[in-house]
Amino acid sequence: MVNTAPYSKEDILFILAGIVDPEIPVVTIQEMGMLRDVILMDDLCEVIITPTYTGCPAMGIIEHDIVELLIQNGVQNVKVTTSYSPAWTTDWMNDGTKEKLKNFGIAAPIHSSCTNWLNPKSVIVSCPRCNSTHTTMISQFGSTACKALYKCEDCKEPFDYFKCH
Amino acid sequence: MTKQEALYTYTLRLGDNALIQGHRLSEWCSRGPILEEDLALTNLALDQIGRAQAFLKYAAHIEGQGKTEDDLAYKRGEREFYNNLITELPIGDFAYTIAKQLLISAFEFYQFSELSKSSDETIAGISAKALKEVRYHLVHAQDWCYRLGKGTPVSHKKLQQAFRELWMYTGELFEMDEIDQLLMQDGTAIDLMSLRPDWLNLVGSILADSTIVLPADTYMQTGSRKGIHTEYLGHLLSEVQYLQRAYPDATW
Repeated sequence: MVNTAPYSKEDILFILAGIVDPEIPVVTIQEMGMLRDVILMDDLCEVIITPTYTGCPAMGIIEHDIVELLIQNGVQNVKVTTSYSPAWTTDWMNDGTKEKLKNFGIAAPIHSSCTNWLNPKSVIVSCPRCNSTHTTMISQFGSTACKALYKCEDCKEPFDYFKCH
Repeated sequence: MTKQEALYTYTLRLGDNALIQGHRLSEWCSRGPILEEDLALTNLALDQIGRAQAFLKYAAHIEGQGKTEDDLAYKRGEREFYNNLITELPIGDFAYTIAKQLLISAFEFYQFSELSKSSDETIAGISAKALKEVRYHLVHAQDWCYRLGKGTPVSHKKLQQAFRELWMYTGELFEMDEIDQLLMQDGTAIDLMSLRPDWLNLVGSILADSTIVLPADTYMQTGSRKGIHTEYLGHLLSEVQYLQRAYPDATW
């Protein structure tokens, strides 16, 4: 059996860093903060991931992608474990990741909207297309669990806002 | 009763509440009054079903008989479910679903705030995660209460009637038995009764702002802690479990 010996933990993390979020293909699971840890044992490689939302349907695909990619790289015995603690937060995204979201047409999460959760309409979200702050929330629930639906009153385009979490 | 048995049932309660409420919300898929609400209600359903999966997986682990979360969801009978009765009630009209969602989300907000401090790490972890999602559910239900309550005479009447009908199912949310008592000793379980004043304040203020009269406490329905349900749960399970009952162990 091929064991995990040729690879270090850093090597595995480097390989996995290439996996993109199936619902937002411009960012990787590492950039999203969903890839938490790799634990190497004698004949087993355990990958710890955390979901953005408990019911995130992308988790099954991500798990499959991790196993497949590691098998392609000669790591045969892979176990993917889902951990809920510490709970995933949008604060784990850095500015570069937020910029990628914006360029993809998704307004990046604003930290203050977490503390102000009882009054979501008080948060000003900029349009990712024209940067106007003249925007309106249409619904807190959008095309995926992690996004809200907004519209821009200036360029008139609808857009997604990545909810603060 | 051993601690393991108590913890198993306690975790099943948490999982079953999420599973049954999640299924009811999923019934709105393609039937929402507007597209945005169709998406909102199914998003709520997704959060609940994700939470159910996490708690039932943990319950299966505690039981230690090699079962999965799917075994617990699809292969238990009606009397082995411990969800609160309010979750299994039919979805009714949109006002009824919103009223139900407000009562449940306000309860879950306090429940998961406390459970995220549980001495059981897995329960605390899932609860901290659930709490973030429940905040969005609560704001959603609150906004719709305002709109329906202060909307048209018809929307007001429907919402008021929904709260009147549902009120007798709210007592059970705070019911505790020997399982809670046993698990409270080491800080695993929380004191549900102590959550009621805050819950009542929150619900009362949202209803007042919606010009809806808070129903008076009257006879309260009970039974789910012992697996005794309304007539609706059996019908619901026959749909949820159909495939696994007709084709045992079928997989995709």
